[in-house]
Amino acid sequence: MSHENMNLTLKVWRQKNTQTPGKFVTYKAEGISPDMSFLEMLDVVNESLIKKQEDPIHFDHDCREGICGSCSLYINGRPHGPKRAITTCQLHMRSFNDGDTVTIEPWRSAAFPVIKDLATDRSAFDRIQQAGGFISVNTGGVPDANSTPIPKVVADEAFNSATCIGCGACVAACKNASAMLFTSAKITQLGLLPQGQPERWSRVQAMVKQMDKEGFGNCTNTGACEAECPKEITLMNISRMNNDFFSAKLFREEHTHDHSGNG
Amino acid sequence: MSLNANIPQGPLAEKWSKHKFNLKLVNPANKRKYNVIVVGTGLAGASAAASLAELGYNVTAFCFQDSPRRAHSIAAQGGINAAKNYQNDGDSVYRLFYDTIKGGDYRAREANVHRLAENSVNIIDQCVAQGVPFAREYGGLLDNRSFGGAQVSRTFYARGQTGQQLLLGAYSALNRQINLGKVKMYTRHEMLDVVMIDGHAKGIVTRNLVTGAIDTHAAHAVLLCTGGYGNVFYLSTNAIGSNVTAAWRAHKRGAYFANPCYTQIHPTCIPVTGDHQSKLTLMSESLRNDGRVWAPKTVEIAKKLRNKEITASQVKEEDRDYFLERKYPSFGNLVPRDVASRNAKDMADEGRGVGTSGFAVYLDFADAISRMGEDTVRAKYGNLFDMYYQITDENPYKQPMRIYPAVHYTMGGLWVDYNLSTNVPGLYALGECNFSDHGANRLGASALMQGLSDGYFVIPYTLGDYLATIGPKPVDKNHPAFAQTKQDVLDNVNKLLSLKGNKTVVEYHRELGHIMWEYCGMARSKEGLTKAKAMIKELKADFWKNAVVVGENEELNLSLERAGRVADFIELGELMVTDALMRNESCGGHFRIESQTEEGEALRDDENYAFVAAWEFKGENQEEELHKEELVFENVKLTQRSYK
Amino acid sequence: MSEFKQTFNSSLGKKLIMALTGLFLCTFLIVHVGGNLLLFKHDDGFAFNSYANFLTHFPPIEVIAYILYFFIILHSVYALVLTIKNRRARPVGYAVTTKSPTSWSSKNMGLLGSILLLFIVIHMGDFWFTYKYKDILPFKEYRTNLATNETTVSEYKPEVPTFERSISVENNVEIVRVKDLHSRIQWSFSHLWYVVFYVIAMFAVSFHLLHGFQSAFKTLGWVHKKYDGIVSFIGTWLFAVIIPLLFALMPIVYYFQSLGK
Repeated sequence: MSHENMNLTLKVWRQKNTQTPGKFVTYKAEGISPDMSFLEMLDVVNESLIKKQEDPIHFDHDCREGICGSCSLYINGRPHGPKRAITTCQLHMRSFNDGDTVTIEPWRSAAFPVIKDLATDRSAFDRIQQAGGFISVNTGGVPDANSTPIPKVVADEAFNSATCIGCGACVAACKNASAMLFTSAKITQLGLLPQGQPERWSRVQAMVKQMDKEGFGNCTNTGACEAECPKEITLMNISRMNNDFFSAKLFREEHTHDHSGNG
Repeated sequence: MSLNANIPQGPLAEKWSKHKFNLKLVNPANKRKYNVIVVGTGLAGASAAASLAELGYNVTAFCFQDSPRRAHSIAAQGGINAAKNYQNDGDSVYRLFYDTIKGGDYRAREANVHRLAENSVNIIDQCVAQGVPFAREYGGLLDNRSFGGAQVSRTFYARGQTGQQLLLGAYSALNRQINLGKVKMYTRHEMLDVVMIDGHAKGIVTRNLVTGAIDTHAAHAVLLCTGGYGNVFYLSTNAIGSNVTAAWRAHKRGAYFANPCYTQIHPTCIPVTGDHQSKLTLMSESLRNDGRVWAPKTVEIAKKLRNKEITASQVKEEDRDYFLERKYPSFGNLVPRDVASRNAKDMADEGRGVGTSGFAVYLDFADAISRMGEDTVRAKYGNLFDMYYQITDENPYKQPMRIYPAVHYTMGGLWVDYNLSTNVPGLYALGECNFSDHGANRLGASALMQGLSDGYFVIPYTLGDYLATIGPKPVDKNHPAFAQTKQDVLDNVNKLLSLKGNKTVVEYHRELGHIMWEYCGMARSKEGLTKAKAMIKELKADFWKNAVVVGENEELNLSLERAGRVADFIELGELMVTDALMRNESCGGHFRIESQTEEGEALRDDENYAFVAAWEFKGENQEEELHKEELVFENVKLTQRSYK
Repeated sequence: MSEFKQTFNSSLGKKLIMALTGLFLCTFLIVHVGGNLLLFKHDDGFAFNSYANFLTHFPPIEVIAYILYFFIILHSVYALVLTIKNRRARPVGYAVTTKSPTSWSSKNMGLLGSILLLFIVIHMGDFWFTYKYKDILPFKEYRTNLATNETTVSEYKPEVPTFERSISVENNVEIVRVKDLHSRIQWSFSHLWYVVFYVIAMFAVSFHLLHGFQSAFKTLGWVHKKYDGIVSFIGTWLFAVIIPLLFALMPIVYYFQSLGK
């Protein structure tokens, strides 16, 4: 661990847009303080690029405190960099050493096309949730919040799934670019809670169907997703999703509830 | 000119119910003939878009992020207030109303705040029905905790990520409507202007951030739910993308901007480490439930701490000054944010600050750990402690946290009446984007409450009244105003792209932030503000001469996006300073050093300043015009706030 | 699309097929290794040859056997389909990959499975096909004195080429004439390269099942804190250690026996 300012070599994926093929470009990041976050280090590089009237490196970021899920980056072969259970914006340069070469790539997945440089289009995640990741209650007319007690263990378990920030690190980490950890976390959160029961079986079918449509790969229970998830969502979610899906498909009479509004 | 806030007559507790009855309705079959634009998909925007679509309106929603779920409401940590009185500790709608009015230092509307308190209980019900996993007791019922400025436990929470859970709830409701085809969602779109026809807002102009396409969108009404402008300070707890552009462009089209100088500086943030810093991170206010704030009693000890000759845990108990507990025995560490922040600043100003910079005080959990055990503390605050450790590389279980105030929230915003309508008909502002409910200081766990109250339970009623009045005739997109406004936006974009100087927009932003923090931060003076105004004017002129913007419009262009936002921040900064200069009193987050009590507390001037300052844009480089909305207090007595 | 078709064409449906067929093949391995333990009996293959004959002539087993072959094909075909789909899900790969904290076997199921498929083809061609469809195997005649329970063995030349098996009792001596698969095994396992190939294949079985058995439970959603330990224990010790070890011992033991002759 370094406490002096450091100099690094960055190998960054640059790609003008989705249609144009990309390539790696090497940059020097100089005088980097170990107290900087990784994104602040990129800010420094970008500032110097802009000063030279060059195009800065584009990457998604927003809250910079690990909750919005905007930031991504595949850093030296790992999503969100070398440390466990944090996002790239929470990664600090003290995790690197002077003279290191850092390779920065975008999430790689057919379902997450590169928009520019390191920014990808993750709208597939939105569409999966639009397909059924909700409880159909309108505003107003709901019962008192304390009318249904929920055992703390169940609430906590649902919460563990609900912590997902939708960053896509699971897809990036998976050798098959599968989105099952993400999808299952959303299904599990609602599937565990009593409020989610009425649509439990239709929800799992609708969301899995959309997930398949988006072109993600399949799960082989390797567990790279859970190892790289910044919120430590577990494979248990996937098992729960599988179980619900098979129950819904094979043993339930209800057909897929038509969420499209035509039914 | 005096502004009419359209506050209904009658007793406080009946105003909202009566008003709801008096509002015109749009019949269900007609609702589908109306189009409504919602800009921003945070708590206010997502809840409004979903609720309006459920009613049958056609909604078009926009966000600049790549997903509606990433709006900055997601980052709220602590909780959401509601007058449920589940704890049997004497809470009530009236008490929540009273605490909020008092916490806001009597600079908010009584009627709005009471409505907020009334709605608070419905919000919790709504969120639970959506599957929001609030913290629960072993018996299965909802748990509460305490927040600053209140002596009851009324804060509902979801670990340290209440904002994310509430937003995911609203986002799921929004998703449902997108799926049903009632909401058309545009992500990675930034609103750059409002289209005005005959004095009414009839649409917006957006830029597709991926392709650069500038498009117009027409609607019967436009709802701005675009959040606050804390990033005018460059360093704040806001997300990097949070900006004032939508609100500011609306302001330039005629919407008044109210109380811009009311800024909340949050007391418990991680201190700045250097110039490279791009944002500040909040440590939830909930930490003040168990953490004790202190600074060394003497400057000598503080010096030793700054030079790292001793560590915090080596400072003897009698050498520590638990200054909040000492000065405010009844509220202790849980005084409102403005009070806690100012006291921390006083410590630093006295030379008793710690950390290498001297701009920090301690938030100590040693007592809590010895009382409850490390495991209990970890269960309660583990994720916050981890966050602190990630950023500072210091273990808060062993050493007290270093904290310092940072810009967190802006109480000011677009002026709205009781119906959340700006003075421009058809243009509404919800959530942090408006100025309405928090007065001069917002209490913890009230922002989430207000955003959701506006979106779920106010706008669905009040918007109908306006729509019923104007009728469902489609908006004519061929009206020249659309083409003209689009051209204005294009001109502005091209002007920005033509900047080929030698200073980056981030450098301008940082400079603006320094000016604002120095002169319009926790302590403001006539002299400083006057100086700041001149500096900002200069900065603005320099920006349009020497800034550099790279790339072209027809691509994802962070440089261009940032440039537009910084240009607007510079203009807003000037207005904030103007407002602060005008308000020659101290109230809540606005502390004029000329106006303080003998003990150094904020001293209000109710006789001269019990009004909302709403500013009207009069043209580029013109002084804005002040409009006053007198604040009438019929139910609470204005007193010097005391938390002693 | 019918409900069933939809189910099995979905990503999860394909996983379900992989899991169910995989678990079936696992249970088969228990039966197979149990039967083959007869190879360790010093009876000149009497028990083993009888067992082999029983397996190929008892109708219910024959039905199950065909289900088994079908499942092997299904498991392989679906594995192939899934692999192609998974490759397509990441058309552009990463330039840098670091050692991730996941198990080697879980990431190489395709490779391990391919080795196994090759092994199964060779293995079945060599024994099952030769036994069933090729008339090149010799026959053995086992004479057991029912009074003393002593068994003698000799070559037997069937009179008709379609001869399968016979059991008769003459003068208190039971005569069993049966196809001699055992000698084929002795012959095969006397070749070192063949033994090495078998041992490698058993390593593949071990690693394939180390991940596969537990993975199947995860896929089926049969996961529960209270039982995960048992599943993991069985998956590791029975399927990844004991069974492959016993199978691997067979060629090794026969090879060393062949050296002694």
